[in-house]
Amino acid sequence: MDKTVNNKAWFLVLPVLVLVAFSAVIPLMTVVNYSVQDTFGNNVFFWAGLDWFRDLLASDRMWNALGRQLAFSAIIIAIEIPLGIFVALNMPKRGFWASVVLVLMSLPLLIPWNVVGTIWQIFGRVDIGLLGYTLDALGIDYNYTQNTVHAWATVIVMDVWHWTSLVALLAYAGLQSIPDAYYQAAKIDQASRWKVFRYIELPKMAGVLMIAILLRFMDSFMIYTEPFVVTGGGPGNATTFLSIDLVKMALGQFDLGPAAAFSLMYFLVILLISWVFYTVMTNLDKRG
Amino acid sequence: MAKITLENLAHSYLPNPQSEDDYALKQLDHDWDDGAAYALLGSSGCGKSTLLNIISGLLIPSQGRILFDGQDVTRAPTAERNIAQVFQFPVVYDTMTVRDNLAFPLRNRGRDEAYVAERVNEIARMIGMEHMLSRKAQGLTADAKQKISLGRGMVRKDVNALLFDEPLTVIDPHMKWELRTQLKKLHHDFGHTMIYVTHDQTEALTFADKVVVMYDGRVVQIGTPEELFERPEHTFVGYFIGSPGMNLLPAKIDGRQALVPGGTTPLVQGYGPVSGNVQLGIRPEHIRLSSDQGLPVTIRRIEDVGRHKIIRADLMGHEINIIAPEDQPIGPDMTRAVFDPAHVNIYADDWRVAPL
Amino acid sequence: MGKRINGSAVVMILYLMFLMLPIYWLINMSLKTNAEITGTFSLWPQNLTFANYATILTDPAWYMGYVNSLIYVVMNTVISVAVALPAAYAFSRYHFMGDKHLFFWLLTNRMAPPAVFALPFFQLYSSVGLFDTHIAVALAHCLFNVPLAVWILEGFMRGVPKEIDETAYIDGYSFGRFFVKIFMPLISSGIGVAAFFCFMFSWVELLLSRTLTSVAAKPIAATMTRTQGASGVDWGVLAAAGVLTIVPGALVIWFVRNYIAKGFALGRV
Repeated sequence: MDKTVNNKAWFLVLPVLVLVAFSAVIPLMTVVNYSVQDTFGNNVFFWAGLDWFRDLLASDRMWNALGRQLAFSAIIIAIEIPLGIFVALNMPKRGFWASVVLVLMSLPLLIPWNVVGTIWQIFGRVDIGLLGYTLDALGIDYNYTQNTVHAWATVIVMDVWHWTSLVALLAYAGLQSIPDAYYQAAKIDQASRWKVFRYIELPKMAGVLMIAILLRFMDSFMIYTEPFVVTGGGPGNATTFLSIDLVKMALGQFDLGPAAAFSLMYFLVILLISWVFYTVMTNLDKRG
Repeated sequence: MAKITLENLAHSYLPNPQSEDDYALKQLDHDWDDGAAYALLGSSGCGKSTLLNIISGLLIPSQGRILFDGQDVTRAPTAERNIAQVFQFPVVYDTMTVRDNLAFPLRNRGRDEAYVAERVNEIARMIGMEHMLSRKAQGLTADAKQKISLGRGMVRKDVNALLFDEPLTVIDPHMKWELRTQLKKLHHDFGHTMIYVTHDQTEALTFADKVVVMYDGRVVQIGTPEELFERPEHTFVGYFIGSPGMNLLPAKIDGRQALVPGGTTPLVQGYGPVSGNVQLGIRPEHIRLSSDQGLPVTIRRIEDVGRHKIIRADLMGHEINIIAPEDQPIGPDMTRAVFDPAHVNIYADDWRVAPL
Repeated sequence: MGKRINGSAVVMILYLMFLMLPIYWLINMSLKTNAEITGTFSLWPQNLTFANYATILTDPAWYMGYVNSLIYVVMNTVISVAVALPAAYAFSRYHFMGDKHLFFWLLTNRMAPPAVFALPFFQLYSSVGLFDTHIAVALAHCLFNVPLAVWILEGFMRGVPKEIDETAYIDGYSFGRFFVKIFMPLISSGIGVAAFFCFMFSWVELLLSRTLTSVAAKPIAATMTRTQGASGVDWGVLAAAGVLTIVPGALVIWFVRNYIAKGFALGRV
């Protein structure tokens, strides 16, 4: 759409600016402030310069958490995106069942995140949970609080359970926008099912899939509540992702300086990756 | 290329159609001759897309059969019918190049690459897109995309028929004319059986050898453009074709003359007894204004469209249109209208009555 | 269609079973007594009981958690949509200085990890005396909901032809009257979707709402930790509380079901 140049439009944006400034800029300045100071308590602060950043970059703690975080995000995206597309391709297109499926699929998305954690914490318990009990009955010595692999598997399955529907709904929205004529033309051209997917469905879904990957990346990178409830970051630090580590540092140990420095770097990593996504996405928008 | 036969065909979207009104397409028998160009003309919702989808195999009819060269294909899937279709909105594979788009139907059928390359070049030349074969289809103009879909339909030499579903809807007016000319030329050069669905009479009349006019799920007339103009078999054809359409007046037939409001008008041939709702139809082109002969009219308005004048007049409470030559002066004494008897048609209950 | 087995239906049934089983298990547990939960393993309640729900619905310490959550969620939804509407209109209709940067900057707030903001928020709201109030949580959630609402609404507004605005101005409508009387009804589905998503994200968030409250505005999600008593976990009540947190979401989702997919695509399909 052709837009007109009008700098008075700033007045329309003003309320948002004020609100976001209050809820984002001021807190962020506090974080920056802390990140360059040190304290021995009693609200006495010393200039620490970039020490915290230097310490942080040299410490294994952050790198390990970042490594776990990247691995987690990569794994869940690698599972949820293809699975979500697959589910979307099989969803009913219209009618009563389409509504039912949509509502049921959206349910996990509307459950408070700590309850999601609670559900899986219970579900995976060997004594009272269906999953744990079943696995145990099958002779698998399943224990997500002790075994690192089991803990990871549980957290990943939980995330897949929680968020695959989001990807599926996005992909579904993309599929719904394809006119019937495309499918008819493909039939006439004798295109195989795979080619229909590759040359019609996938290109039409490209835009929404970028949104899906962006959202899943951002949200998985910020994941805190669900794994915290299920595993508490353990066993050991096995499922201590960036946010869990950060909260431990800031609210648990009140290491304000390092936590602030950690925060900023955390935020920067997300911004950087998201900026790349955003650029790609707006380019897609323009072409589409 | 093939002759397409529709036998006893009808279709209803309802599972258990009760009355004739439940049918989107009412019973129909028709042969589409091999190598002819047909236009399927009608207003929206008249069943023309239903008919097209039955021919292309996207829809299985509730009753009757479709034969391609005598072979029953009623239940055969689209791919087996070996037809090509161009849709209302251009369907191209955006992520492919123009070349790959054109090659797609051939590659899917496992033709060897040398043959594919040869055909693609040939088709590209025909549709005038040789210079952009290596471009991505995305971002091309609507008419370029529509040319690609047309090319994709023609790339297979052995297609039984080419179907067009209002293919020029999204094309700019000046490109419409060019594409239509190109289509006509392609038909002339290659002789495919072509069926062209449209609601635009100009498109239908200029493109087709024979026009099939549909109304309310029924084929009301099949004929050459001239036949549709001179002898509309149904009042709908008279009204739909021509601009403005045919005038219809309530009438009573009395041997060789017809009683219409305001007097009588002579007929060239006699009619037997005609019953039902009897109407006299005459095209505006065949009415002449006069100062002393014919039926009394009052002129309401004159529209000068350049080539000729359209006169909106009133005949005893019935609105009629008259077309007068551009150079004919129209004075205040022109209070009468003369019908040309050679071009008068008589209708009973909307269907044309043949003279004795 | 023939009688052959429908592959799509099988896929959907399997997937929905995967989604519903853990939820079913929660409901199952909420209808059992603690003795049954820990004592015997059963696929459905042997002694059906509503005692767990009764506990929650009669104890203010429990049900006030729901009330608190609903209060700040509704406040947040109203604020977010109200400020996002004019901004989204500006982004969808006009070019202005710095518009692209501003849009991306807004978006970055959606990417801000709540963990980063938890502590600064705590200090900020404590210093202005808003700690443990509903409005504090509502404002904090604006951090991610306002950008989201702007994004969704902008997507929907882009679909409304500009000619409508121009016609209205020619007909003598003032901006305010045009916006409320003509424009808002046109994008009502977009407003519904934006409100739904604000509701949803505010409802599911815990980290900030827990950090910013202690007693008066404590959300239900935080109240649930009460079940961990000296004598172990009160599983039945925990499960019942969990089930009750699913209900509001399930209710609102029914109303926007036809727009969900489009909404999740942020109006960009």
